[in-house]
Amino acid sequence: MDFNDTPEEANFRKEVSDWLKENVKKIPEAEDTSENSSLARARAWMQIKHESGWACLHWPKEYGGRDATAMERVIYSQEESKYRLPNGFYEIGQGMAGPVMMMYATEEQKEKFLPPMANGKEIWCQLFSEPGAGSDLAGIKTKSELDGDTWTVNGQKVWTSGAHYSDYGILITRSDFSAPKHKGLTYFFLDMKSPGIEIRPIKQINGGANFNEVYFNDVKIPDSQRLGEVGEGWGVALTTLMNERLAVGDAGGVDFKEIFEFTKTQDFNGDVAVKNDAVREKLADWYCEYSGLKYTKMRRVSALSKGETPGPEASITKIVSANKMQDIANFGMDLIDSSSIVPDQSFGSALQAGLLGAPLLRIAGGTDEILRNIIAEQVLGMPQDIRPDKGVPFNEIPSGEKN
Amino acid sequence: MNFEFSDEQLIMKEEVRKLLDKENSVKRNRNILEGEESFDKDLWDSLVSMGLTAITIPEEFGGIGMGYLELCVVAEELGRAIAPVPFSSSVYLATTLILDHANKDLKESYLPRLASGEIIGTLAHTEKSTHPTPDSIETTYDGGSITGNKAVVPDGDIADFTIVSAKHDSGIGLYLVDLNSSGVSKETLETFDPSRSHSNISFDKAPAIEITKDGWGAIEKLMDQSAVLFAFEQIGGAEAAMTMAKDYAQGRFAFGRSIAQFQAIKHKIADMYIALQLAKSNCYFGAWALSNDAAELPTAAATARVSSTKAFYECSKENIQTHGGMGATWEFDCHLFYRRSRLLAANIGSQGIWKDKLITSLEKSNLPA
Repeated sequence: MDFNDTPEEANFRKEVSDWLKENVKKIPEAEDTSENSSLARARAWMQIKHESGWACLHWPKEYGGRDATAMERVIYSQEESKYRLPNGFYEIGQGMAGPVMMMYATEEQKEKFLPPMANGKEIWCQLFSEPGAGSDLAGIKTKSELDGDTWTVNGQKVWTSGAHYSDYGILITRSDFSAPKHKGLTYFFLDMKSPGIEIRPIKQINGGANFNEVYFNDVKIPDSQRLGEVGEGWGVALTTLMNERLAVGDAGGVDFKEIFEFTKTQDFNGDVAVKNDAVREKLADWYCEYSGLKYTKMRRVSALSKGETPGPEASITKIVSANKMQDIANFGMDLIDSSSIVPDQSFGSALQAGLLGAPLLRIAGGTDEILRNIIAEQVLGMPQDIRPDKGVPFNEIPSGEKN
Repeated sequence: MNFEFSDEQLIMKEEVRKLLDKENSVKRNRNILEGEESFDKDLWDSLVSMGLTAITIPEEFGGIGMGYLELCVVAEELGRAIAPVPFSSSVYLATTLILDHANKDLKESYLPRLASGEIIGTLAHTEKSTHPTPDSIETTYDGGSITGNKAVVPDGDIADFTIVSAKHDSGIGLYLVDLNSSGVSKETLETFDPSRSHSNISFDKAPAIEITKDGWGAIEKLMDQSAVLFAFEQIGGAEAAMTMAKDYAQGRFAFGRSIAQFQAIKHKIADMYIALQLAKSNCYFGAWALSNDAAELPTAAATARVSSTKAFYECSKENIQTHGGMGATWEFDCHLFYRRSRLLAANIGSQGIWKDKLITSLEKSNLPA
């Protein structure tokens, strides 16, 4: 057991850290706080990374990646996390759509679509969830019909992150309503500028609007953009979601370090908060979770570096970190007392953002409950619940949303 | 970077596990709990013949000269098997103190016999019903002998000698006392977990050998070192309890199906798994810090301790709950783990103490949080 870098790892870390030091300063200043401005900076940063071979570390070189090992990827992200960088628009494309395209697209399509995904020119979104199909994703109803070599798609998607600025999307549809639930699905990628696509933002409880409803009205998709066989879309979706497991990580926002620093200066009952036993007890619990996740990740990286595949055990990261963030935000606001509801101080605002952001984090990318099912069933081998919809033709399954 | 035990260490872990399975350690726990014996001598002898008491002792003192990483994997298996033996007292506490602080003569006299299991040692530190502080120690060392009362000494009636914390003219020191010498009287206690023996010990001018005058520093260090080892026992026990719960749920049918299908049960067991994984990962870091005597040891030890205590409590109490009424019967083994989880939580200081230690260590350190 060795928690230090090997000489090779140390060399790699130095290379990364030297490069970041020189290049982070090339990112243009933000013009304002708008999404467009963040997007412009994110594109610029991705381009800088790509030019020096630091984009899409885990991708093959031929598509714009670096062929990096799991360990190198971890080291890179550790070094990158020392800076505040405009990341966040590319996870779905580079983390999920890219790997799926590599598995299922034609060579010609890969050559056309992967490089602009890698260099940041093109952004992708994921069109999976629907109003009647969230945790029960296979219950989707967006309909696809083939005529000649063109599909026509009608229906509605929801919770599509970044649909409004995306160039392409990956899409799961139902092509056969008389087949059992998991059998009648077909998977595509499509141009988000296709006629018939209508995108409406969803305003979240924190005021943001990162997500959208996406309506499909007779949207045409060439059969050549189908990924996987007709009716085999569920398998392709599972592959995508397995990559999501790698992409979805810690909840970004207030964490142990921030609250710990805050308690050293915030007054509470006549002394700094960190001197109060009740505060110390909470801090200790959060530190144990923070540290437990950190070293769980390192154990996982060690397994990956020995060639093991990423397993569902990584599900614990999101459950723990999102709940921790919610708890820290709530407790931190409590320490500020009645002034906590006013957004007049920087940390107070961060806590408010955490408290309003955490509920969605606990739902997006697999709810706490679904993740617990995954742990119980896929990690611990417990049986699935009885499924009344199993083997039943989809159009005979009762649903809360009668069409 | 490699956050896993080596193949050799994992093989050793497997061997210890097989031995404890073969010896039916959980059944032996029950026998000790219900019977008159204070520990299982046969099981102790088996562990000794496997060399486990000699792991951290250098070859020059009759040991096998391995390290704390090996001891950590052994601890995890002893915890999984809730072994009714004085291993933690003799190996984690007494052996470590002698290794780190005793002079060469004492080492030559005691370490070979500790390695061979010929003698068993322990630590007599607590005096009152609170966690000891330098001011609370009333036991006194004066002119080569110890006088005072120590409370709930683990394995006090099994051990051949104990190391005693006591006041001297300018602080707290550590002293070695032969428990068969004059001036020592022991009272065996009825405890919450009778599978492990505890005693009150009175010293009345009992002859003592000084180990160190800076006893408080030595105790603080020992608490950190042993916290990691106790934490490994705790995650071993936690995993055993989680597995018991899962296996029972899968075989228990109600409402026409296995209760393991119910999300109420699955989520409970997933929560055990989460608590266990967080604790285990913290233990790994603790193992690294312990074996390298790293500057991070105080933080790593407290983190491992706090999260493992929590995990064992969670897993052992929800294991009873998953078993329903049968889980609360004397006949089922659930309570053996529940009792052991409380005992280990109590042995080297409460959650409140360790949480405070953790935050204190973070306040002192400039480690990246």
